[in-house]
Amino acid sequence: MRKGQYTFVTGFLILPVALYLVFVIWPYIQTFGYSLTDWQGQSQDFSFVGLDNYVALAKDDVFLGAVWHNILYLVFVPVVTILLALFFAFMLNAGGRSKAGGVAGVAGSKFYKIVYFFPQVLSLAILAVLFGAVYRSDSGGMLNGLLMKIGLVDQDQPVEWLNEPNYVLWALLAVVVWHGVGFYLVLFSAAMQSIPRDIYEAALIDGAGRAQSFFRITLPLLWDSVQTAWVYLGIVAMDMFILVSTMTAPGGEFGGGPDHHSEVMSTVMMRNFLIFGKSGYACAMGVVMLLLTLILSVVTLRATRRERLEF
Amino acid sequence: MGSTSAQNGTPEQGGVGRRNLIKRSAALGLISVPAMGFLSACASGGGDDDKSDKPKGEKTKDNPFGVAKGGKLDVVVFKGGYGDDYAKAWEASFEKKWGVTAAHTGTQEITGKLQPRFNAGNPPDIIDDSGAQKIKIDVLNKNGQLLDLAAVLDAPSIDDPSKKVRDTLIPGTLDAGILEGKTVALNYIYTVWGLWYSGKLFKDKGWTEPKTWDEFLAICKDATKQGIGGLAHQGKFPYYINVAIMDLIAKKGGLDAMKAIDNLDPKAFVGSDAAKEAVEAVYEVVEKGYLMPGTNGLTHTESQTRWNQYKAAFITSGSWLENEQLKQTPDDFDMKFMPMPLLPGSAMPYEAIRAGSGEPFIIPSKAANLAEAQEFMRMMLSKEWSSLFAKEANSLTILADGVDPNVKLRPGTQSTVEASKKAGTNTFRFLYTEWYSEMDTEIQNASNELMAKRIQPAEWLKRAQAAVDKAAKTPAAQKNHRS
Repeated sequence: MRKGQYTFVTGFLILPVALYLVFVIWPYIQTFGYSLTDWQGQSQDFSFVGLDNYVALAKDDVFLGAVWHNILYLVFVPVVTILLALFFAFMLNAGGRSKAGGVAGVAGSKFYKIVYFFPQVLSLAILAVLFGAVYRSDSGGMLNGLLMKIGLVDQDQPVEWLNEPNYVLWALLAVVVWHGVGFYLVLFSAAMQSIPRDIYEAALIDGAGRAQSFFRITLPLLWDSVQTAWVYLGIVAMDMFILVSTMTAPGGEFGGGPDHHSEVMSTVMMRNFLIFGKSGYACAMGVVMLLLTLILSVVTLRATRRERLEF
Repeated sequence: MGSTSAQNGTPEQGGVGRRNLIKRSAALGLISVPAMGFLSACASGGGDDDKSDKPKGEKTKDNPFGVAKGGKLDVVVFKGGYGDDYAKAWEASFEKKWGVTAAHTGTQEITGKLQPRFNAGNPPDIIDDSGAQKIKIDVLNKNGQLLDLAAVLDAPSIDDPSKKVRDTLIPGTLDAGILEGKTVALNYIYTVWGLWYSGKLFKDKGWTEPKTWDEFLAICKDATKQGIGGLAHQGKFPYYINVAIMDLIAKKGGLDAMKAIDNLDPKAFVGSDAAKEAVEAVYEVVEKGYLMPGTNGLTHTESQTRWNQYKAAFITSGSWLENEQLKQTPDDFDMKFMPMPLLPGSAMPYEAIRAGSGEPFIIPSKAANLAEAQEFMRMMLSKEWSSLFAKEANSLTILADGVDPNVKLRPGTQSTVEASKKAGTNTFRFLYTEWYSEMDTEIQNASNELMAKRIQPAEWLKRAQAAVDKAAKTPAAQKNHRS
């Protein structure tokens, strides 16, 4: 490097690094500090309690339940979303057979692509209202209304979707998947379009069916995109805050009901932080969340590492 | 086409490939996006600002707190069912009288807007700390953020300077704002809780206000037969059904049964006959199928609107119900309030109601303009301002006879006035909801399970007792006590 270049580069780096330190790293450190205190969140008076908060956390059934729910989401949100998105993307891009014998999407695929993307345009807050109406627990709800019309549900005993311990997690999962599939479909479509047609055509000539060309060609060449999708969906699964807190019955504030059956870590944390005045304790939860996400992201990236193909 | 091991190699070999870079930044995102949002919520500002010198007024009989001309006042009001027009009217009147500039904030996000200010030591001067996102009073108080309002309550009343402000209020209405022996919140709105029904529906069906639980069940049964739900409640917020359960406990067992709960008695629920009978009575409604279908999963507005559409005979709520439902209520609905019906052998008469005050106004102890805030609160308790409130918000205040007779009230509010006249001194008010947020939440959860038929009354009692026992271990339990 030429003389003075280091100074030049450093000059550009100082500001972003400083911002990062002040607004990302420093809050982390502060939070860890608070997690060792009995801070109540409304003043700067608190005392040091050591690891008491962490010990209490290990015995907190509500929080442990929430961790479990997050893990469930972590498994199901990416798997279901990616599988559906891959399936649709494949059908839209290589699922059909064009007249000339080449590879194309099913009929009307351009239209579908736009329609599938719609849910992504809506914000989660709107989704919560929308699906609130779908899952409404009386005959005014869309699902209940439909089920009553076809006689599957008794008029006087509607299904309380979000108030049933056995349904609530799945009801929310459906919303997340509904929201996410369109986006990942577009992502995978883009990646699929960069796969050269001649590969498919060669496979076609060799007599490969749709399933074979998907598993032998599309999926391996798409692995990078899938991995990225997995990481992003992991973020969604670790969060879930907006949907749980606005759609479910409150186990106290911030949702999580009925009776903590849909609780996720963030809702438990917010309730302790803001409502119960146990802010130090909530900060300990925050630190645990950070650790868990760290571990999970490392594991995800390791587990999905593969030999890469280039074309 | 081939392997890209070279590109994919370690940084020593060939640097980070483009895809690797994307992958890594995605991984960083996974860590930092959720973590940052939540963790930075924990981080606080901190540090107090020095209060600059302000003009100080002379303390006189008419100006007991020494408000000076040219001062300032920062008012934050919860903009909920009562709107915030009343506060604007007050502020205009205050500015005119004292020459003070008032800053007004009407919001529903009390916690979001105010918590950082409390933490940083520059809170507003007077706050209506209400609504779903209020900062819990017990939490604020534990942190020494609330001014003891004794000075305001002992100051001379505006309407009659020979009386103290505290002596012009409806008896018992200050109770809800007492924490650890000090009045730290002024619950300004006089509220009653109980059952509500439509006068029109009852007239059409030939029903009359039930005085006993059996009569109540009979109406529920008749209603169910005619395709109307019996009891509706705001299922997503079990707070409301707790009104029914707790009121039955208080009326059956008397004030002692209520105080046992507030004072965290080891036999508050398990071992209390009143509690047992009350919960079993409410459960009977569930068991016999008298609940409005789906009510367990509805929000407060959804179930109240259904009730307004004559889909249920009764609903539990407090006296804000009429205001909340103004737009949904048919013109001839004739909304009516009634006390909880009696269980056999009740200690209190039928007329007894849960009555008290809601909508807590607080003055932060670190407020910059304490004198102005205190004077503002003193003026809130004048006839003029109380009538202003009744006019703008269609609700009563805790000022005794505080509403000018020219202000016309709506039928529901009017029926609460009559009910509280009939109740006389037979009123009661639970305080655990203000004292112990966590216990309240746990009892609400249990009630939600009970209404959904997932637990039985015996289990409800156990869970409620467990919540009480847990609260008894908190430090606050040593200071909160009522006799």
